[in-house]
Amino acid sequence: MMIEGLTNTPTGPERLKAYEDNWQTEMGAWFPGERVVLRGKDVFSELSNQSWMEFMVFAITGRDMSEFARVIEAMWLISSSFPDPRLWNNRVAALAGTARSTTALAAAAGNAVSEASIYGLRTSRGALDFLQRTEKKLNEGATLEDIIKKELHTYRAIYGYGRPLINIDERIKPLLKFAYSAGYKKNTLLILAFKIHDYFQTTKYKFQINISAIVAAISGDYGLTLNEFNDLAALSFSGGIFPCYIDARNNPEGSLFPLGVERILSTDQTTRTWKSEE
Amino acid sequence: MTDKKALEQITTKIWREEAEPDNPFAAAKSYCAGFDVYGDLLGKVSLIEYLWLLFKLDPPSKAQAHMLEALAVALANPGPRDHSVRGAMNAGVGGSTRASALIAAISIGAGNLGGAREVFVAMQYWQQCGTDLQSWIDIIDSPPQEERSDVWPEMEHTPGFDPNGASCPTPVKQLLDHLTSIEQSEALTWLQTNRQTLEQHAGSPLAFSGVAAATLFALGFEPEQAEMIFLLLRLPGAAVHALEQEKMGWSRYPFFGNGLTLTNDPGPVPNDD
Repeated sequence: MMIEGLTNTPTGPERLKAYEDNWQTEMGAWFPGERVVLRGKDVFSELSNQSWMEFMVFAITGRDMSEFARVIEAMWLISSSFPDPRLWNNRVAALAGTARSTTALAAAAGNAVSEASIYGLRTSRGALDFLQRTEKKLNEGATLEDIIKKELHTYRAIYGYGRPLINIDERIKPLLKFAYSAGYKKNTLLILAFKIHDYFQTTKYKFQINISAIVAAISGDYGLTLNEFNDLAALSFSGGIFPCYIDARNNPEGSLFPLGVERILSTDQTTRTWKSEE
Repeated sequence: MTDKKALEQITTKIWREEAEPDNPFAAAKSYCAGFDVYGDLLGKVSLIEYLWLLFKLDPPSKAQAHMLEALAVALANPGPRDHSVRGAMNAGVGGSTRASALIAAISIGAGNLGGAREVFVAMQYWQQCGTDLQSWIDIIDSPPQEERSDVWPEMEHTPGFDPNGASCPTPVKQLLDHLTSIEQSEALTWLQTNRQTLEQHAGSPLAFSGVAAATLFALGFEPEQAEMIFLLLRLPGAAVHALEQEKMGWSRYPFFGNGLTLTNDPGPVPNDD
């Protein structure tokens, strides 16, 4: 929001001076020993019956979206909660477990690493971004083929299509089944997402739609902005991260995928001696 | 047991090891870029020279090591008002884990405002514009617009310049003067000469992030390397301020008790007990 009295403040130190000990907000506050307010609502009396995800959706978007909150839970459970320490972000948490670090440090590192490019938060944000941009360009008269060719030419890949390790995405069917059962009705972005998939099958690329595009399309169809979608997804890998940390913590120290010296493949075989400059 | 032939490996140009005869999981010798780390470098090499070697895989010249060391000294403690150090101190006063103090400093100090991402973007400007003043003016006036959205927020100011600054702070000028006195590098001398013109176009003064980007560009680092080096070099201050505040405790640390105004407060809920 724009802050009354501060909207026209100049830049530079004058701006900082205007904000000194002066944080005006509509987001929320704690009234010590009394109450908590979030976005104009009393947390203990008005929000305490909400589920955790309903509360998070309200905290991040400011909107009451109980149906979508239920769909997000399914998105997290089905698409990003694989308790497998071979997956890169989970492995970070598992390494924290095997190295006997703490729960919060493991969770923080695992979630931070989930902001990745070949999977995770960059792909899901990128998928929604691409779908929204494509929808806009189609409305402006561009053809799907031109849009996709230009995107591939510029970025060489399109978020939401194709997948590392394997091409098929086993998560799509169960997630769609749940979303429909929760009340989601197929809307413009999901229809577009599948149109893009169908287009790829007519080209040499044969990229398959992956779960990022599905999750992004459904979220976009519920009216989420890019930032809202990204903020809500930030902890979505937690369901896989915690089990991997716990499992490694419960096994002998250092036992997770130990690496011997021979597991290092050095491409530099030279040996030389350091000569300090005089 | 895994079939030995099928063992996956980590491929690296940086590091080579020889195993201890009694333990395949322990290294008897470790080589960095061909140098025996514990048998040769130890006792000969300074920390800055070793840092350079790790990134560049070749030893620095004397002037290069001096420049990187000067930058390291300048960045080591941004001071307790800096956002990243404040993050670390918040961990300290709350009795959080020491690691979380540095995670806080890194997470905050990674950003577009005075942080490592700003250095990364500024380095891209250097790569694009070099020492061509008109190119700099053009890029400042019309910053590159990425069509695709990313997890990083968009830059809200010219990278390397402080949108909340007035004139160029004395320490920033002192650092730039000192660096150019070590070696007349083209980029740094050019920056010194054209600083005020650039500041006029940016509408804000040169910042430490800008000098760091120019220095690391002059030293031939890539933007990705510069982002990492900037994150590393600013951690000592975060560490010591976190430890100091941990000992002092929360009651001697600002809480901004009267600093927050809730503009849409619904007020106390009537007690229906």
